[in-house]
Amino acid sequence: MTMTTSKAPVLPAPRGPISEGVLSALRGNRPAVPSVDGSPPYGDDLQLALYCCYELHYRGFHGVADDREWDPTLLGIRAESERVFLDALRHDVPAGTDIDAELDALLVENLDTFGVSHHLRRHGELWQLREYVAHRSLYHLKEADPQTFVIPRLDGPPKAALVTVQHDEYGAGDPERTHSKLFADMMAELGLSDVYGAYVDSAPAEMLAEVNFMSLCGLHRGLRAALIGQFATVELTSSPGSDRLVKAMRRLGCGPAAVHFYAEHVEADAVHEQLIRHEVITPLLRAEPELTADVVFGVRSSLFLAGRLEEHLFRHWRRGESSFHDEAEAGKP
Amino acid sequence: MVESHRRVIVTDEGPILVYGPVDVEMPDGTRVLSDRAVTALCACGRSGRRPFCDTSHRRRVRDEEGEENVP
Repeated sequence: MTMTTSKAPVLPAPRGPISEGVLSALRGNRPAVPSVDGSPPYGDDLQLALYCCYELHYRGFHGVADDREWDPTLLGIRAESERVFLDALRHDVPAGTDIDAELDALLVENLDTFGVSHHLRRHGELWQLREYVAHRSLYHLKEADPQTFVIPRLDGPPKAALVTVQHDEYGAGDPERTHSKLFADMMAELGLSDVYGAYVDSAPAEMLAEVNFMSLCGLHRGLRAALIGQFATVELTSSPGSDRLVKAMRRLGCGPAAVHFYAEHVEADAVHEQLIRHEVITPLLRAEPELTADVVFGVRSSLFLAGRLEEHLFRHWRRGESSFHDEAEAGKP
Repeated sequence: MVESHRRVIVTDEGPILVYGPVDVEMPDGTRVLSDRAVTALCACGRSGRRPFCDTSHRRRVRDEEGEENVP
């Protein structure tokens, strides 16, 4: 039996009965399968349980056997939790089939929109920017990995174009230029821990849910089109947001690595946007038009979950409070 | 497969996409290199990161007044 040891993160603290059950199973116990019904679908407990299940497919956890990835008990809890999460999204996100209108709406810059990147650019404080980066590390330290799961589920032109985007995400063959490495460099420069998983215990449920949605869609072939919708949402909205964060970093006197991460994303995502729209989505839906509703579902779910994280951040920052779930645990591997 | 001609896509609304590494000479003679698999060159003239696209070609609106022609 092989164990994940070396650099893998330690298991996080449970946040309720479902995550407690998952953590117990990860440690090799045979826990009573916790009931997920009635658990808040976007809440800490269910989202942490899902996050831990999914992490087995990425880097695993320190001291957890590698073959837990396919443990029937864990897969059972995961499936039940996914059902609750997906049912909630299908309920909260209106269905649609007009993909052109959907993407066009993402391409319009509304000058009256005021999100986290606008706040950080104009008058956010350094501690807020550091919290934002710490939360985002749950995705960016494995940037592009959830979307890579979808590659073998595609064929022909959409597959080739997606690989072109991923090649860029992974530094075009240079490990120093992978976007996850650029993010780690920025974290170190901002005085944050760049250790993978160091901000899981401090992550709010809203952040866990965003990453979980990517893993959910990446790991289910039946949700491959939703994953493309999720990726499109990120790539289409990233350039202007990244430009605001470049300005935020400069205004707050951050160093070159911090500026570089977002500056790179202004340019890279201006390319990726074009590739995802014209070379991935267009040929994919031409070949399989029945997937249109799923792409729209992916777009709208991403926007919905991103909106929930923004609300969480503003709710706390407005009161001058930390947005960490457990501030004392922030940065501890 | 080695293509005999470089692939270039002229988009409706935005940049010109060039496949393969490019060496761009600017009006003042400076050279800018990009070794991305695909490079998006600004075609609208509004980019703050010329010669590369930064999505400044996008339409901008306000909630109330409708479209605004901010360069």
